[in-house]
Amino acid sequence: MNEHATTSSTTIEETASDWLQRQRFFDWDAAAQAELDAWLAQSLAHKLAYWRLEAAWDRTERLKVLRAAEKLAPKVVPRHVNRWIFAVGAAAALAAVVTIVRTQALPRSVVTQTYATTAGGHKTITLTDGSQIELNTNTVLRIATDNPRNVWLDKGEAYFQIRHNDANPFVVIAAGHRVTDLGTAFLLRSTNSRVSLSLIEGRARIDSINPDMQPHSAVLSPGQVAVATANSLSTSTKPAVELDNELGWRRGIVIFHHTTLDAAVAEFNRYGNEKLAVSDETVGALMLNGTFPTHDTQAFIRVAQQVLHLKVQKDGSRLVLSR
Amino acid sequence: MTAFDLKAWFIREILPLEAALMQYLQHNWRNVADITDLRQDVYLRVCEAAAQEPPRHPRQFLFTTARNLLIDRVRHAQIIPIEAVSDLEALEVAKDEPSPERSAIARDELRRLQAALDRLLERCREVVMMGRVEGLSGREIAARLGVAECTVSEHLAKGMRALANILFGHPSDLTKLP
Repeated sequence: MNEHATTSSTTIEETASDWLQRQRFFDWDAAAQAELDAWLAQSLAHKLAYWRLEAAWDRTERLKVLRAAEKLAPKVVPRHVNRWIFAVGAAAALAAVVTIVRTQALPRSVVTQTYATTAGGHKTITLTDGSQIELNTNTVLRIATDNPRNVWLDKGEAYFQIRHNDANPFVVIAAGHRVTDLGTAFLLRSTNSRVSLSLIEGRARIDSINPDMQPHSAVLSPGQVAVATANSLSTSTKPAVELDNELGWRRGIVIFHHTTLDAAVAEFNRYGNEKLAVSDETVGALMLNGTFPTHDTQAFIRVAQQVLHLKVQKDGSRLVLSR
Repeated sequence: MTAFDLKAWFIREILPLEAALMQYLQHNWRNVADITDLRQDVYLRVCEAAAQEPPRHPRQFLFTTARNLLIDRVRHAQIIPIEAVSDLEALEVAKDEPSPERSAIARDELRRLQAALDRLLERCREVVMMGRVEGLSGREIAARLGVAECTVSEHLAKGMRALANILFGHPSDLTKLP
């Protein structure tokens, strides 16, 4: 008969876990260590149970990455809040709003200034270090008050031209991801759960930070585009022309190059003009090229009528393009 | 020649096989209450033998040992529980192949840890997070939560046991945690 069978594994495991927590979390001295050593020496079963728990606990070291995410957002000491509000009062010309937010990705409270554009809006923010952030239409961006190089893109699209600083990296949080500048100009677009990063120059790194997600990351070089969701990250390369087209909005234009009418209409609709729609799939699949002012729906409609020979009908608040 | 490091060998070679071992034991032994005892006895036999001479094929050795232990248990039981072992002859010994669970565990570890934490009772989870993520001492945790230090100890110990079961044990253990 097996002599070990009488020893309850549950009891041994409980004792082992009690030793381990004492050693890791409470005062620990030579006397305590001697006691533990004596217990371990009593049987191999004690050692195995202890080693097993210790190995598991040491592997949970990885949980500390959660703390690394928290560090980005410094704790708010309540007495500072009034001072921040005062500071922003002085900077009222920026039309900034002070909010104390709790974000999903960053559990700590942080004081931020919010910058927003409505549909059709376009705004440029210049930071004290000369870095520039340009907001495209319908965009919300927050900047940490105590460190303007910590930024959240809550929705919409922004172009970042960043003065690189190794000591204080520029970090954007968007849709559960962190984008870190490594000497960079980049374009970032965030929808509910999807973030798209296009690298124009320099380098940038994207990491998932939401602990519920599969961890993933990538470092991008110019011309590369990363699209990340909760559980996927894909990168691809885009021709410089195409990237340049994506940035047309910075000059107030949208550029279509072999673009389907569906995609073109969706792009135009972002800018808050009269809403356009297509009547059916075949119309939506038509291709077009062209450059249009973002605010000039009429110019777009004229091309649809004269080049694509489409009809335009008003349907409630929408303008429907059909054959 | 350096002395054989049983602890390092056990952690490196045997613990990563725990999920497979637990699955094997659960599949071949009906009484769930015996499983952790069986696991302990398999580990003991394997490590006692390894201390004499480390087996060349740890995975094969582990499963052969598990199989022999189950057979011994059935033979020595006063009343042989016929249904206890589903089919002793059919007990297949897993081969020493590159184990897919090792890489899967590494890839999903953060998610698994999160899932493991989520299964703990709320207060236990909170204490483990404070200790592991925020790096507070037992005394600091007790002070912050306004509870006795021995309560913190209990939560930490329970959390450590649960995390070991998740990390090494079968994923189905997820549903059986405190």
